[in-house]
Amino acid sequence: MSDAVLEIRGLNVDYGLGADAVHAVRDVNLTLHRGEVLGLAGESGSGKSTLAYGMTRLLPPPGVVASGEVLYHRDGGDPVDVLRMDHAQLRAFRWAETAIVFQGAMNSLNPVHRVSTQLTDVIKAHDPRSTTASRLARARELLALVGIAPDRLDSYPHQLSGGMRQRVMIGMALALEPRVVIMDEPTTALDVVVQRQILRQLVDLRERLGFSVVFITHDLSLLVEFSDRIAIMYGGRIVEEAAAADLYRDPLHPYSDGLLHSFPALRGPRRELTGIPGAPPDLRSMPSGCSFHPRCPRAMERCGVEVPVLGVPGDRRGSDRTVACWLHPVQDNRF
Amino acid sequence: MAVITTTEATPVAAPAKRRRLRFVANPKATTGLVLLGAFAVLAVIGPWIAPFDPSERGGDLMQGPSGAHWFGTTHLGQDIFSQVLVGTRSIMFVGFLAGIVATVLSVLVGVTSGYLGGMGGEGLSALSNVFLVIPALPLIIIITSSLPETTDLTIALVIGLTSWAWNARVLRAQTLSLRRRDYVEAARATGESTWRIILFEIMPNLTAVIASGFVGTVIFAVISEITLAFIGVSVSSGWNWGTVLYWAQSQQALAQGAWWWFVPAGLAIALLGTALSLVNFGIDEFVSPRLRGGGRTSVKTVDGRTVRMRVGFTPVLGDGTAREEKP
Amino acid sequence: MSYLLKRIAFYLFTAWAAITINFFIPRLMPGDPVQALITRARGQMTTDAVQSLYVLFGLDKDESVVEQYFRYLGQLARGDLGMSFTFFPTPVAEVIGDGLPWTVGLVGFTTVLGFLLGTAAGTLVGWRRGSLADLLIPVTTFLSSIPYFWLGLLAIALLTGPDSFFPATGAYDTSLVPGFDLEFIGSVVQHGILPAATILISSMAGWVLSMRNMMVTVASEDYVTVAHAKGLPERRVMVGYAARNALLPNVSGFALSLGFIVGGTLLVEIVFSYPGLGLLLFQAVGAQDYPLMQGIFLVITLSVLLANFLADLAYLALDPRTRREG
Repeated sequence: MSDAVLEIRGLNVDYGLGADAVHAVRDVNLTLHRGEVLGLAGESGSGKSTLAYGMTRLLPPPGVVASGEVLYHRDGGDPVDVLRMDHAQLRAFRWAETAIVFQGAMNSLNPVHRVSTQLTDVIKAHDPRSTTASRLARARELLALVGIAPDRLDSYPHQLSGGMRQRVMIGMALALEPRVVIMDEPTTALDVVVQRQILRQLVDLRERLGFSVVFITHDLSLLVEFSDRIAIMYGGRIVEEAAAADLYRDPLHPYSDGLLHSFPALRGPRRELTGIPGAPPDLRSMPSGCSFHPRCPRAMERCGVEVPVLGVPGDRRGSDRTVACWLHPVQDNRF
Repeated sequence: MAVITTTEATPVAAPAKRRRLRFVANPKATTGLVLLGAFAVLAVIGPWIAPFDPSERGGDLMQGPSGAHWFGTTHLGQDIFSQVLVGTRSIMFVGFLAGIVATVLSVLVGVTSGYLGGMGGEGLSALSNVFLVIPALPLIIIITSSLPETTDLTIALVIGLTSWAWNARVLRAQTLSLRRRDYVEAARATGESTWRIILFEIMPNLTAVIASGFVGTVIFAVISEITLAFIGVSVSSGWNWGTVLYWAQSQQALAQGAWWWFVPAGLAIALLGTALSLVNFGIDEFVSPRLRGGGRTSVKTVDGRTVRMRVGFTPVLGDGTAREEKP
Repeated sequence: MSYLLKRIAFYLFTAWAAITINFFIPRLMPGDPVQALITRARGQMTTDAVQSLYVLFGLDKDESVVEQYFRYLGQLARGDLGMSFTFFPTPVAEVIGDGLPWTVGLVGFTTVLGFLLGTAAGTLVGWRRGSLADLLIPVTTFLSSIPYFWLGLLAIALLTGPDSFFPATGAYDTSLVPGFDLEFIGSVVQHGILPAATILISSMAGWVLSMRNMMVTVASEDYVTVAHAKGLPERRVMVGYAARNALLPNVSGFALSLGFIVGGTLLVEIVFSYPGLGLLLFQAVGAQDYPLMQGIFLVITLSVLLANFLADLAYLALDPRTRREG
């Protein structure tokens, strides 16, 4: 794909080293295209947040990236591998090209600094020659962008509501006009009304500014509504990837199907809420074969033995969707 | 996956037992406990195994360490080794009794004020804050100075009665956060009695805090008792390490180069203090695993350098599997 | 500023409580407090001393406890702490007045400096976790377990002597006339180095440990991760984000433990014969000079309360959450 912004290839992320290592993300391949919203869904412990932290190298110890490539395509230049950058390069790359909005709006802002300080210090770090006045002007602009009155610049985080804090974080993420914004459960702590306001605003901003979004959440119904494509993670692997509409209409992996039936849909025909029996697997002792097979209502003998490969299924030949399930064996190992 | 390191085990089966074992497996805690055990043994058998009566005067005046007198002698020919040995009992007695008294008080005041809230809770909290900011040592000195007589018992009681405030404060804060937890709310909703909730729902979760507070108070009590003896408030109450230092100071041991007179007692204090601190570190690390060191902290990265694992820059391993190239 | 008002009210209440404790302690002892003190002194008390005690306790007149209490408060309000009998007939207030500046200079300076240095060292040790700096921990533990005064004894034994630069006793060369000239100040500094270093070494250790632990805790807060994600320079993340937040509990810990620290540092004065309140307290204990002891207790308590209040102001300046919106 020529319009790829971020390409993840063969990414493995572990907690710990050597024999004790827990493999939290396994062999993930994922491509983010220009201007799209890519949703990443899964239960807690599925590795979706670890994937986000691993690819940005923000995973705290004992997390390590075991192998893989994270290629970032600059405008008109050769792609660079984020995983091969030294600290100085990484620092320069961060926020300027890839910004992140973290889960937990409450704790993402430093409680002892004013909003203005936290908006301007990042501009100063990446553009030391900018003037104080120009940085403040930009900070005011950013707040306006996310619909916050400029007099809030002098506020401390504790003086803002949860929704406002998350808006400030989104404004901050856009400070350096990055081409990728990663959002890790950005609205989980907020009430449903505020949640949708903020996401609606984000989608508008994306249309105006043209950045791409990786949107990570356990709430598949939000993804169906707000994202272009969706990747489903289970046990550290991507088990299905498809356009949002396709996935909603026709989920191929039994796990995707289960996830879709765990949430009431806001639009479209009514579905029966069934949920998924059992609990997510312990990363320390993953089941053999397909890691979902112990919970899968349609498991076969083969599922417990062989790990299914992610690829375009033979029964959906020619589509741009992939799945890793023995119900839909791969016909072509290319995507 | 059979080998689960102590640093990140998530206990699945028999969690209580595993957790207790993990505490003992903590090297800091073990070292501390072993040292502490040694002091406890000395406290019991010290007076029996002491080679001399600590107050008995001998012919060797101000002698350095020798085969007969391991730690040398005083200006009256008393055996310093015996004085330190015999003094251990008083130190351990006062330290632990004061620790127990202060801990009981702090649990009563802290848990009650944290759980009850309202005016009563606020009042108890204010009381512990008052005792916290009043300098403890001068207060202990004026109280013991006005007592008709000072014995190990009265000193332990005075120290215990004046040094509970810190722990009460910590316990109150913990209780305040515990009482808002779901399971406590649930117990209240089902009509369990207040005392049942405090004893069975709240107290078990305070064990580590109480234990750490107890150890802290013992350290404080030991230092206070030694200080009292050293400045002469309680010299008459029998031998302890502070009394040894008091006589060393008042007889100008330093000016006469009699280092053996004050070095052993001081080292004993430092050793006991270290033992207690180590136990406390063990408890701290047991409660908040983040503080634990352990495990490998540096890794070899993909560009062949060895780097330390740290927040903000996840290392990319170099010794990993060959990556499969995709077309 | 309701936070500040609350704190002021609390300190006034504590000051009142300390004064009341001071008043009642001798009276709670069985029998006549003066007789009890005389018994304790084993007949070594002069008649002047006995008389001074009766005046101090208000037992020279026939008054009820309540009357005595209010008269005591009145006395205190006039700065009258009774007569010292070690330095008879100098009033206690005057004796303390001579010693206080030395204590404030030595203990005040070293306590604050020890906190600042310890916090700075703890910041580095906590940030560079898993590096060699962590090996310092056992050493600091051992150092913080040593009583201040014993370290002082050791310093005297090892570093002072006839040929040494460091004097073993006193706060200045007694052959000099105190004044604000270079020679006198130089002498004060020369005498102060060892006691100050003693307090610094043993008080720093505790702050290194607590700051290290706070840094380790704060380093995994979301806002520190965000700071890394923003690509801020390392120094900015360590100081402006991690240390700036880790400092807060350390400052309130500092305020709360002032009472403990001051107690320990007073003993250093004794060891070095430094003419501050600690040495006075030692002399008062030796001579059963009860009025002086009481006076020193009160003055120390009030000083600690004042220091606490200053620490509160510092906290107020450091943590925006305690400030109220205007």
